[in-house]
Amino acid sequence: MTRKSKFVALGALLGLYASSQASAAADQVVIGDIDDMSSVYADVIGQGGIEAINMAITDFGGTVLGKKVTVLSVDHQNKPDIGASKFREWADQNGLTLVLGGSNTGVSIAMSKVAAAKKVPFIAIGAGGASLTGVDCTAYTIHYAYDTTALGNGTASAIVSQGGKTWFFVTADYAFGTQLQEAATKVVLANGGKVLGAVRAPLGTTDYSSFLLQAQASGAQVLGLSNAGTDFSNSLKAANEFGITKTMKPAALLTFLSDIHALTLQTAQGLYLTTSWYWDLNDQTRAFAKRFFAKMNRQPTENQAAYYSATMQYLNAVKVVGSTDSDKVMAQLKKTKINDFFAKDGSIRADGLMVHTMYVMQVKTPAESKYPWDYYKVIKTMTAEEADGSQPDQTCPMVKK
Amino acid sequence: MTTVFGVPLPAILGQLMLGLVNGSFYALLSLGLAVIFGLLGVVNFAHGAFYMLGAFAAYVGLQMLGINYWWALLLAPLAVGLLGVLIERLFLRHLYQVEPVYGLLLTFGIALIAEGIMHSLFGSSGKSYPVPALLQGGFNLGFMVLPIYRAWVVLASVTVCGMTWFLIERTRLGAMLRAATENARLVQAFGINVPLMVMCTYGAGVALAALAGVLAAPVIQVSPLMGSSLVIVVFAVVVIGGMGSIVGAIVSGLVLGLIEGLTKVVYPEASNIVVFIIMAVVLIWRPAGLFGKEQ
Amino acid sequence: MRAQIAVYAVLTALALAAPFLGLYPVFLMKLLCFAMFACAFNLLLGYTKMLSFGHAAYFGASAYVTGWLTTVHGWGTVEGILGGVAVSMLLGLVIGAIAVRRQGIYFAMITLALAQVVYFICLQAQFTGGENGLQGIPRGSLLGVIGLGNDRIMYYFVLAVFVGVFVFIRRIVHSPFGQVLKAIRANEPRAISLGYKVDRYKLTAFVLSASLAGLAGSLKALVLGFATLSDVSQTTSGEVILMTLLGGSGTFLGPVIGANVVVTLQEYLSDIVGAWVSVIIGAIFVVCVMIFRRGFVGEIERRFARRAA
Repeated sequence: MTRKSKFVALGALLGLYASSQASAAADQVVIGDIDDMSSVYADVIGQGGIEAINMAITDFGGTVLGKKVTVLSVDHQNKPDIGASKFREWADQNGLTLVLGGSNTGVSIAMSKVAAAKKVPFIAIGAGGASLTGVDCTAYTIHYAYDTTALGNGTASAIVSQGGKTWFFVTADYAFGTQLQEAATKVVLANGGKVLGAVRAPLGTTDYSSFLLQAQASGAQVLGLSNAGTDFSNSLKAANEFGITKTMKPAALLTFLSDIHALTLQTAQGLYLTTSWYWDLNDQTRAFAKRFFAKMNRQPTENQAAYYSATMQYLNAVKVVGSTDSDKVMAQLKKTKINDFFAKDGSIRADGLMVHTMYVMQVKTPAESKYPWDYYKVIKTMTAEEADGSQPDQTCPMVKK
Repeated sequence: MTTVFGVPLPAILGQLMLGLVNGSFYALLSLGLAVIFGLLGVVNFAHGAFYMLGAFAAYVGLQMLGINYWWALLLAPLAVGLLGVLIERLFLRHLYQVEPVYGLLLTFGIALIAEGIMHSLFGSSGKSYPVPALLQGGFNLGFMVLPIYRAWVVLASVTVCGMTWFLIERTRLGAMLRAATENARLVQAFGINVPLMVMCTYGAGVALAALAGVLAAPVIQVSPLMGSSLVIVVFAVVVIGGMGSIVGAIVSGLVLGLIEGLTKVVYPEASNIVVFIIMAVVLIWRPAGLFGKEQ
Repeated sequence: MRAQIAVYAVLTALALAAPFLGLYPVFLMKLLCFAMFACAFNLLLGYTKMLSFGHAAYFGASAYVTGWLTTVHGWGTVEGILGGVAVSMLLGLVIGAIAVRRQGIYFAMITLALAQVVYFICLQAQFTGGENGLQGIPRGSLLGVIGLGNDRIMYYFVLAVFVGVFVFIRRIVHSPFGQVLKAIRANEPRAISLGYKVDRYKLTAFVLSASLAGLAGSLKALVLGFATLSDVSQTTSGEVILMTLLGGSGTFLGPVIGANVVVTLQEYLSDIVGAWVSVIIGAIFVVCVMIFRRGFVGEIERRFARRAA
C-alpha cells in the first residue's frame, strides 16, 4: 500500500509539473508583465497595468508582423526570487520577447540581470532606483517613466525656488529612500539651500510621530518625505495630526495618484510632488484616462499610462525593424523620439533611461477640487534635460566616457 | 539647553510622551495576548489579525453602515470577539489535548487566512479613517503639540487595562478563571461551566485586540498588513513581562513603548528590533519574564 | 523494508531522469533546495520536537555569505558553499546556545526573536545590498573542472548533494546519537536522570539542523543567482514549518513531499490567484493542524503499519 500510494502521489505531482510546462510559442509575440499585483504597489500599477497593455495591443491591431501578440502576467509579490525566476522560465520555455514591470527596485535589478543573461528586453516601470541605468545597467534594460534623479530634481528645485531653503528629511531606511534623499539634497544645496538634518525610519514603520517631532524641532521650512507607499501615507497623516504641516511645507519625493486618493485631499492638500504624467493635463491624456476609467473605475496613475506607452513603442519598433530580435529592437528603441500622450520630447539614452518632460505638482485643497480625481495643479514643467541632466549616467559600464 | 544623549531636553520629553502613547497600545495588545496565554495556554498568533479586523470593522462600519467612532469602540470589539468565540469553539477546543505547538500553528494559519481575505477584498494601500470631531486638535505642552486623540488613546488604554486587571485579580469571576487554569477538572466539578468560560475568555482577549485596532484606526492607515508586523513585537512584550502575567504585560508594554521612543531618537534604525534584543536578554537572565512565575 | 528500498529506487530513478522528461531544471533545483531545507528543519521538529520559529535565518544567512564570497571575493563555488555553511553553523551555535535552555513555546519565541535580529542585520549590512539583495551570483564550477552554468549539470550536482544530505540525516537518526535524541523527546526528565547531558545533545542537533539548512540556502543562491531578504524572512520560516507539517514531521520523505507540494503550489498559484495564495496556505495550515497532523507520509505510514500489524 505504501509503495502504491507513494507512486500515485509522485505520479500526480509529475503530472502537475508536466502539464504546466507551456510550449514555446514560435508564432506569437509574447509580452510578459511581472509586477506587484497584490501588495504595496498593486494600486499604482497592478491589474491596471495589464489593462493598459491590452489597450495598447488592441489599438495596435492585435498582431504585429503577422503574429498574434499575447500577454503573460504574474504577481511577483515584491520577491526578487519570483520575479527573476518567472522571467527566466518564460524566456526559456514560452518564447518571451519583452518584459514590462518591476515596481520594486530590488526586484527590478534582479530582473535586469536575467534580461541581460537571456537577452530579452526589459522595460522597468515603477521602480525608482537610478542604479538601474547606473551601476546596474544592461544593454537590454530600459528605465521608463521616472527615476530618483528626476524626482529629486523636480520637487526639490521647485520648492527651493519658491523659498523653501531649509530642509529636514524623513527617510525610509533602505536603498531607495537613501537614493531619493541624496538626489534631493544635491539639488537643495546646488540651489543655495541647506539641509538641517535627516532621520532614517525603518521600512514599514507605522508610527512616525517621533521622527516628525524631530523634524519639527529642527526648525526647517520644508519637510522632505523620502519614502513611498504606506510609509509615505502614514508619515503624512501623522504630520497633519501633529500640526506640522502648518509650520513646514510637506514635500513628497515619490507618491502616486493612488496614494493621494487613499489619503484624501483633506490630508494631502498642499503637498508638492513630481510626476511623469497626470490624467488631466490635456485632451490627449483625458482621452486615454476616460477609456481606462471605463474599465477600471479609477483614473490611471503615471505608471499605468507608461505601460501603455511602452507597449506601443515596443510594437512600433518591432514593426519597423521587421523582427523581434532583441538587439535590433533595442537599437531601434534607442533611436526613436517618443511623443505620445504619455511623454513629450522623450527619448531613450545610451544608459537605458527614458528621459522626457516631467511635471512638478501641488495637491489641491478640497475647495479647489472641482470633480472626482481633480487632485493636482501644475507648478512647473521640466524638460528632459532639467529633469535628468544632459549626459547619460557615468557609472553605467556601457556608457563610453 | 540641557541635553541628554546629545539630544535637547524638550525633544527627549516629546519622545517620551510619544513613547507613552505607543506603550499604551502595546499594553492593550499584550494584555489580550497575556490573558489568552495565561488562562488558556494558547499562543495566539492571530492576535495581530484580530487587531487589524477591529480596525477594519470600524472602517467598514463607518463607510457602509454609518456607525460612528464612539459606537465602533463598542461594536467592533464585540463583533470580532464573537468571531474569536467561533474560532475557539470550532477549532481551538480540539487542540487542548495535543501539544501547545499545534495551537500556535493553528492561529498562525488563521492569521494568514484573515490577512489574505482582507487583502483580496481591500487591496493593500490602506484606507483612511478620520479622527472623530470631538478629539481633533492638540494640547500645546510647550515642548511639543500633543494631539488630543493621542492623549485619549493613553486614557482609554490605561483604563481598559486597569479594568481588566481588576476583573481578573480582584473579582470572583477572575478567581474562577484563574482556578480553571490551574485545575480545570476540579473547577468543573464545582459546577462551573469551564468550556464556556474558556470560550468567552478567548473572545474577550480577541476583543481587546480589536479595541486596540479601533483606537489605532484614526492614527495609521487601516491596511490588511497592519497587524502582522506588530504581532511579533507584542509577543516579545508579553514574553518580557512574563507570559501568564497580566501586570507584566501592562507594565512591559508601557516601559517598552518608552524605550522604543528613546531609541528612535538615539539610534532610529534600530527602533524596530530593540524589543527583541531586550527579550533575548531577559530570557537569558530571567527565563520566566520579569513578572512571570516559573512553570 | 523491501518496500522502502523499492520506493527509494523508483524515486531516485525518476529524479535522475527528470531533466530529460521535459521538466524545467531550474524549478526542479529549487524544489531540491527547499526539500533539503525542510529535511534539515525536520531533524529538529520531527526528531527532537523542538519548534524553531526562525529557521530561515540560517538558510538566508548562508545564502548571503556564499553569494558574497563568490561575487565580491571571487571564491570558488565549493569554497563559497563551505563558507556559507560555516557561518550558518556558527549562527546555529550562538542562537542555539541561548535557546535550548528553554523549552516549548519559550524556545520557539527565542528563535523567533533572534531570527528577527538576523533579519535586521541582513537589512542593515552593506554587503547584503539591503532591500535589493545580493545579485548576480555566478554558478562557477565544481573544483574548477566542471562548469555549472549549464542547468542540467547543475541539477545533477544539486541532486547529488541532496541525496548526500538525505542519507546523512538518516544515519544521524539511526545512530546512537539519534537514539539519545529519541529518548530526550520521549521523556526528558528521565534522560537527564540517566545522566545524559541533555542540553548538549539538543544543541548539537540544533547546530546540525542549522548547518544543513545553510547548505540548502547556499545552493539556492547559486541556482537562482541571488540572495534576498525574503530568504531570511518570517515568511520563509513559516513556509518551512508548513512543508514539514504537511509532509509529515518525524518521517524521512515527509519534508521532501511537503516541500514539493508547497513550492509547486506557490509557483502555479501565484500565476492565477495573487493575494489568495496566503489564504490557501493558511487554510492548508489549519487543515493540517486540525485533522492531518501526521502529514501525507505520516498518514501513509500509519495505514501501512496498521495493515502489517
